[in-house]
Amino acid sequence: MTEAIGLNHYLVVAAILFTLGIFGIFLNRKNVIIILMSIELMLLAVNINLVAFSTHLGDLVGQVFAMFILTVAAAEAAIGLAILVVYFRNRGSIAVEDINLMKG
Amino acid sequence: MIVETIAFYLFSAITIAAAVMVVSARNPVHSVLFLILAFFNSAALFVLMGAEFLAMILVVVYVGAVAVLFLFVVMMLDINFAELRQGFLQYLPIGGLIGLILFVELAAVLGAWVVAPEAAQMAQRPIPASSEVSNTLALGRVLYTDYAFLFQLAGLILLVAMIGAIVLTLRQREGVRKQSIAKQVSRSREESIEIKDVPTGSGA
Repeated sequence: MTEAIGLNHYLVVAAILFTLGIFGIFLNRKNVIIILMSIELMLLAVNINLVAFSTHLGDLVGQVFAMFILTVAAAEAAIGLAILVVYFRNRGSIAVEDINLMKG
Repeated sequence: MIVETIAFYLFSAITIAAAVMVVSARNPVHSVLFLILAFFNSAALFVLMGAEFLAMILVVVYVGAVAVLFLFVVMMLDINFAELRQGFLQYLPIGGLIGLILFVELAAVLGAWVVAPEAAQMAQRPIPASSEVSNTLALGRVLYTDYAFLFQLAGLILLVAMIGAIVLTLRQREGVRKQSIAKQVSRSREESIEIKDVPTGSGA
């Protein structure tokens, strides 16, 4: 326990989070809400990576970039959930495999 | 130092455990609540790294807006979640396999990789010493000067997302009488009043 917490520790945490996000997408193939949450987890992992590199290398640009990713993640969640609500209104379910029925 | 180490392991363990629960919880409401837990603990990790402003933004934006939005949608839509969980075990092997492959690849990258020694000198915007300038001030100095256009662009993205979400979910319901002020104001005398010459002794 004497070893200081360095860059690699944070990178490992981010890698595990990202893997869990991918795993969640495959595991919950039918539930769009969980898929969107898994995407949020992956974006969080990317943010942890960016901030870890930013503080380790002493460069603020990484944190600026992490903030932009946060913005895009919020926009993505809003649009995704809006589409989900419209889809639910039309079909009465949120099953992913039926979405291709809505061509055009 | 020992406190920092313990804090790191505590926060990262809770984050990862919460992430596991997000993808495997039976009830999506629980998933959202575990997502909030994961966000809180990664905000704590950000504080440990020295990015206080981003940590607070994470709590405000993710927990306060995104996670609550998820919670609203999960609770307001009447979804049969038991039906959506069918095939959960069927997808487990392939998902586990792909996740394992990805993790092994990432671990291989992490194991064999070192920071270039000259990387520290190549910092575009060096972080000032935290004893002089706080993280928020330093970030603001960079964000509002060199990245002002990108900042505006981020605001534009949010505006487009907001308008898009409103346009998508707005619907005109049939059979609901709504007040249309423009219609009311633009009525003219000719189309609202009819003058009839009623002869004496007979009805209109």
